[in-house]
Amino acid sequence: MSVLDPIVELVRGLITTGKMMIEGPVTVQYPEQKREVRPRFRGRHVLKRYENGLEKCIGCSLCAAACPADAIFVEASENTDEKRFSPGERYASTYEINMLRCIYCGFCEDACPTEAIVLGDNYELSFYDRRSAIYTKESLLEPVPTVELTTPRKVEAGVFTRSVPEMQDPRD
Amino acid sequence: MSRLPRKCVRKGEMMLSDWTLWLEWFIKSLVVIFALLGGFAYLTWYERRALARIQSRVGPNRAGPFGLLQPIADAVKLIFKEELTPAKADKTLFFWAPVVTMVPSIILAAVIPWGTSFTAFGREIKLHLADINVGVLFMASIASIAVYGIVLAGWSSNNKYAMLGGLRSSAQMISYELTLGLSFVTAIILANSMRLRDIVDAQQGLWFAVIKPVGALIFWIATLAEVNRAPFDMPEAEQELTAGYHSEYSGMKFALFFMAEYQKMIVICMIAATLYFGGYREFGFLANTIFSVDYMWTLGSWQITNWFLGPIYLFLKVVVLLFGMIWVRASWPRIRYDRLMTFGWKVLLPLSLAITFITATGISLADIYDNQSYFWAIPVVSIIIGLFTVGFIYRELRRKAYERA
Repeated sequence: MSVLDPIVELVRGLITTGKMMIEGPVTVQYPEQKREVRPRFRGRHVLKRYENGLEKCIGCSLCAAACPADAIFVEASENTDEKRFSPGERYASTYEINMLRCIYCGFCEDACPTEAIVLGDNYELSFYDRRSAIYTKESLLEPVPTVELTTPRKVEAGVFTRSVPEMQDPRD
Repeated sequence: MSRLPRKCVRKGEMMLSDWTLWLEWFIKSLVVIFALLGGFAYLTWYERRALARIQSRVGPNRAGPFGLLQPIADAVKLIFKEELTPAKADKTLFFWAPVVTMVPSIILAAVIPWGTSFTAFGREIKLHLADINVGVLFMASIASIAVYGIVLAGWSSNNKYAMLGGLRSSAQMISYELTLGLSFVTAIILANSMRLRDIVDAQQGLWFAVIKPVGALIFWIATLAEVNRAPFDMPEAEQELTAGYHSEYSGMKFALFFMAEYQKMIVICMIAATLYFGGYREFGFLANTIFSVDYMWTLGSWQITNWFLGPIYLFLKVVVLLFGMIWVRASWPRIRYDRLMTFGWKVLLPLSLAITFITATGISLADIYDNQSYFWAIPVVSIIIGLFTVGFIYRELRRKAYERA
């Protein structure tokens, strides 16, 4: 403490703000520049595919059961070798997530036996009405890299019998 | 007119010169008004950008390059907004209060010289709207008219917050007007004239801010209080009074208050530059170089002075001073109202009286004994008095801290 304290304190305030000015802004110019999300970020859901293009989702509804917000609705149908969507017996003919209900907890991800549903890094969700807040299977499904890999497609009979893939490390 | 020799009032000649004089005034008034309007618009931009920088943001940068069109967008928005008049407001006063606040801020700029003179169309055109010999007095009187608008706005709104804002404003203005007046007085004493052009010319060698740094500081503090800027923005303290005296105003009427506040900021910075920082004159180290406002270019048969540099120097000084205001706003918290009053009456007023006394005595002694060392005692003694005041404030704060503990 010294007699000059009243002035020293004021000047210190000015210096603090002056330093901040020299440091420059931390702003990210959002629509043009986007910040990368963290590795474990939970954004909009994505329905994954296998490398051969078949859908991972087998329509088991475990995600819907796990969902605490009751945001997911799944309806399953039977696969045939002429019209095959996913390996195994069944696939999800309807898969809907109500994005207004979803709380992005990631329980669906945990519940999924085939790792079909994954919370991706898309956080730019906007819609004009409640109906378009319900994301359908078409919008959630991962796009296919080439045209031959689209689903449904005709496959060799008796190859894709196992609905849950064999895991390399089951504890994983 | 009757005393003039007969030949001067020949019919045609007099008419013509009268007409051109009117035209000159008209053009110069337009220049001042548009400079202030444009200055207001871009001061809001400047303040927002500078504040944003201090807060690690970018500020408005969407409308046009660097957000330069933002003021225009804001103006369009304000013009098209609905204007509400409270049902129980005093309609007439409610309408006129913004005007009464806004007009003095423009009139104030009339007496400030913004450059030397140049010759065009066979006449000498001074870069000065009204070169009156009591310029400083004019400023002091006009500056205090603006407070009527604020008080009337607060009163006519029929709103408690607005009323409190208006009252605070009047009390604050009265308290700090004295200090401001005394700061004017010291400048007058030093220049030995009330004409602003003379005051500027007197600072040709040395800025008055160098001769009495404490006086300049006091002037600066008083102007902050006078234009209701942080940390003395009690009349419009957002957290306490929502928006103070203009709580009930919207649309163009609000824009007028906004305009008045920012134009007053510009004008008061121009006054500060004129009284303490050499006005439109060049910086000290540039004197007698080609950057001096008096430098005469000789190009063949015609000669031209550097008259156009005057406005540029004034502009630079005003920009720096305005940045000081913005910086202070970004750094210091608003002071409590009772402390504002205590500071005004118990610290600033005695201090400015002392500075006035020291300045006057120093000049008289230097005159009587013909010894410049008395003159140079002015800054030294005033700084000592300033430090003494700081010590006084420190003691007072310490005492209060002990009482609380």
